[in-house]
Amino acid sequence: MRIELDINGETRELEVEPRTTLLDCLRDQMQLTGAHAGCEHGVCGACTVLFDGVAVRACLIFAPQAQGSKITTIEGVTPGPGEMSVIQDAFCETHGMQCGYCTPAMVLVAHALLVDNPNPTREQIVDAISGNICRCTGYAQIIDAIALAAERLRGANRPVEQRV
Amino acid sequence: MSSLGKFRYVSTDRRVREDRRFVAGKGRFVADIVLPNTKHVALVTCPHAAARIVGIDKSAALAMPGVHYILDGAELAAATLPLMTGLDTPNVPRRPLAHEIARYSGEWVVAVVADSRALAEDAAEEVIVDYEPLPFVLDAEQALESNDILVHEAHGSNVLLDKTFTWGEVDKDFAAAPRKLKLRVKWGRSSTVPIETFGVTASWDPWRDMLDVHASIQMPRFQDQIAVALKIPVTSVRVHHDVDVGGSYGVKRGIKHTILCGYLSRRLGFPVRLIEDRLENMRGGDAHGPERLFDVEVAFDDNGIVRSMKMRALENVGAYAGRSPFQLGKPVGAIVGPYKIQSVQYRAVAVVTNKTTQDAVRGFGQAPTNVALERTMDEVANVLGLDRLEIRRRNMIRHDEFPYVIPSGTTYDSGDYHALVDKVMAHTSYDSLKAERDALRAKGLLAGIGFAACLEPSGGNAMFEALLNPKIQTTTFMDSCRINVDGVGSITATMHTTSSGQGHETLVGTAIGEVLQIDPETIRVVRPDSLNSLPSGTPVGSRMAIMLGGAAFHAATKLKTKLTTIAAHDLGIPLERAGYDQGEVYDKNKPEHRRTWLDLVQIAWRSYHRMPADMEPGLAVSHVMQVPTGGVLPTADGKVQMYPCTSFEFHFILVSIDPVIGRPEIVKYRIGHDCGTVINPKIVRGMTMGGIAHGIGAALYEEFAYNDDGQLIAQTFMDYLLPSSHEVPDVEIIYHVTPSPNTVFGQKGSGESGYLGAPAAVANAINDALKPLGISTNSLPIKVSKLGDMIAAAQEKKSKGN
Repeated sequence: MRIELDINGETRELEVEPRTTLLDCLRDQMQLTGAHAGCEHGVCGACTVLFDGVAVRACLIFAPQAQGSKITTIEGVTPGPGEMSVIQDAFCETHGMQCGYCTPAMVLVAHALLVDNPNPTREQIVDAISGNICRCTGYAQIIDAIALAAERLRGANRPVEQRV
Repeated sequence: MSSLGKFRYVSTDRRVREDRRFVAGKGRFVADIVLPNTKHVALVTCPHAAARIVGIDKSAALAMPGVHYILDGAELAAATLPLMTGLDTPNVPRRPLAHEIARYSGEWVVAVVADSRALAEDAAEEVIVDYEPLPFVLDAEQALESNDILVHEAHGSNVLLDKTFTWGEVDKDFAAAPRKLKLRVKWGRSSTVPIETFGVTASWDPWRDMLDVHASIQMPRFQDQIAVALKIPVTSVRVHHDVDVGGSYGVKRGIKHTILCGYLSRRLGFPVRLIEDRLENMRGGDAHGPERLFDVEVAFDDNGIVRSMKMRALENVGAYAGRSPFQLGKPVGAIVGPYKIQSVQYRAVAVVTNKTTQDAVRGFGQAPTNVALERTMDEVANVLGLDRLEIRRRNMIRHDEFPYVIPSGTTYDSGDYHALVDKVMAHTSYDSLKAERDALRAKGLLAGIGFAACLEPSGGNAMFEALLNPKIQTTTFMDSCRINVDGVGSITATMHTTSSGQGHETLVGTAIGEVLQIDPETIRVVRPDSLNSLPSGTPVGSRMAIMLGGAAFHAATKLKTKLTTIAAHDLGIPLERAGYDQGEVYDKNKPEHRRTWLDLVQIAWRSYHRMPADMEPGLAVSHVMQVPTGGVLPTADGKVQMYPCTSFEFHFILVSIDPVIGRPEIVKYRIGHDCGTVINPKIVRGMTMGGIAHGIGAALYEEFAYNDDGQLIAQTFMDYLLPSSHEVPDVEIIYHVTPSPNTVFGQKGSGESGYLGAPAAVANAINDALKPLGISTNSLPIKVSKLGDMIAAAQEKKSKGN
């Protein structure tokens, strides 16, 4: 079937089988490979994308269901080629990753959290990432990264709504 | 970290260069690499714990659109050799697809190749396999004690390995000791379960006789194993190392996947790819970890000094023998942990059963052994009514006793165990944690303190191979680095394996930068493919900081020597008068008399007339590093120098348990960690934190549970529970640095840190919490359901008694 998706602010027309997940569609048909398949049953969160700003699992959504919503992937929150967002830079500063497989999802979850709540407590950060499994880090440096990003964003010389 | 200041870049808090690509989603994982005209594999798996394959009807599946080929085990077995095994067990052949008999539920029987993975899965459902179910055995003790059911009939028993080592005067020490204690400890079947499943694309080019392999692999001798099984020269196998591996921790060893795809690509003439889905990964990916039963007996005196130990470790390796039985061998190199136990009898037994095949898991068998040891130390203290920390202090090897030779023949390089324990207790006092525990108990909760004092043997001298299989005469485990300075003076260095998050590119840059006194960020680190590579033992055995870091150090030192020699010649001074400073070489008697980096590049690359006689032009050097303390076979009486370095970790934790539902919560977690000189603090901290999370999983949540029918009942993330950010507590790490005398910077391994002690610490804390109820458990994982039932039963018994 023919569908129209709003991906990272761009409208894309695609031909998909109705059973195609949004994850497979992003990866196989749009070459947006920052979303990763981990469990394909909605537990690990490696396939996280933002669906109208909310962090969701792309493996649990069929591509046709994503029509009419704004989908943002890791490629969409990266400011430019070779250029990192404040959140991405904070993940590098604390080394909030190891193998990098769950990392794009963690960055997107952090993005969604900090848009909503610029001053999260540690517990709120822990809650926000609790649906995303990381097998490498034990989470500590991811939590540090998000706290650091929040601090830096709060200090940014920009209007609040444009900070993240 | 006290080594700070001795170095320019080593031990400084530098960023990890690999991270930039990962935060942008620009890692290059195997599933991201799509070659033109690639076809996809899905698998038909055996639904029985054991079954004879009577017939396979492929016709309906073959008729489906987009289906190219359907491969069965008979065709594959005829065309390829069985996979390499560690032990000498020729009658236990392991193949990618079951041939005649399938030996565990989930074993691959048929591979379907189609235009897309979805079409391949559709067709796999239409393949009809006729099975004749066979009797099966799941329990290791049953497999050991009875030959009624044989997993591999031709082998004649289920026992792959049964070897007893006696180091020292065990009988005498037992006879002389006033006290003895026996303990049975179980380590449940779990694994590291990376979030990226294993994946591979194999692509055969018949015009170049070349099999290109892109895989999410972490395994020594991968290309050799592929070539041997496919009966092609190793020069016809090109493994691409510039693939980011999405987590491994030991288990990314998809050799059977690669042989399967390699065969199919050669047979069919197009690239063939298999990316496991989660179900394939959990059931048939052959990546389960140890499932081990320990019977420990110790002899000790009234002061709690443990004199001797007898340990039997019985490993349930699953249906086939890969490398996994060797996981009984590595702990030999730290069989007494940090303690001065003077004699040991160790019986290592590995049996096959009708469960999923195991492979190497983080620590290679050391974490289960540490649980057995540390539970035993607690029980010795409990029996004597002594404090558990005091018992450990009394038995630990003292700083002035290093280097220390343990009964099994391995020398521990260095350690300062008491100092690190003191540091941890100074950070968080024992009294304060006891007060906190007692306050929790006063609130009606169960609460307990747990200790674990463990070693991380590191450096990966895989002497367990020769120890357990004398046909293997391997006494080296190499790693290599090549450095080239190009014609305009930039440095490119190589590493020769894949990485799965350990920051090896950062390691190489840091080591070379340190030696050459040049900003590591300016050094390019690349990963040539296997045909362009020097030897690498790959990231196993907590060895890369020691071996890749060491190889980079030595290569850089050779380069520095060459630069200095060229400069001395050009300056017309003796070599010993030439000084090296940040890439420039000067006359020590006249420091303004010097050659810059670019001067030296000019001479080496273009002005050969200014080079010393007989020196190679250019600035290319390489170093293949032998493992420190390697080169010696085990003795006839089973003494062996296992790994060159031993890191130390000391866990000190507080756990509370809600007695109504049995849910444990880790309230406080302190760990003292000494891995010698820390090369990159961010990386080492991450390894320890991640290791602790893994250890908590193994202790409390994760188990590949089977039902009585031999079906794996934990095969998704809904039932195989991975710790989330809610289950992993805040952890404080207290560092201590005892440099190793065996390594270039004094570094030791840290890739297995945390995981080696966390399960023991958690088990000990839970047992301390259960003590007031008069119950204990030595069987991991200690799941909420089990703990809740145990507590309820004990409370009921107690109330009835009253």
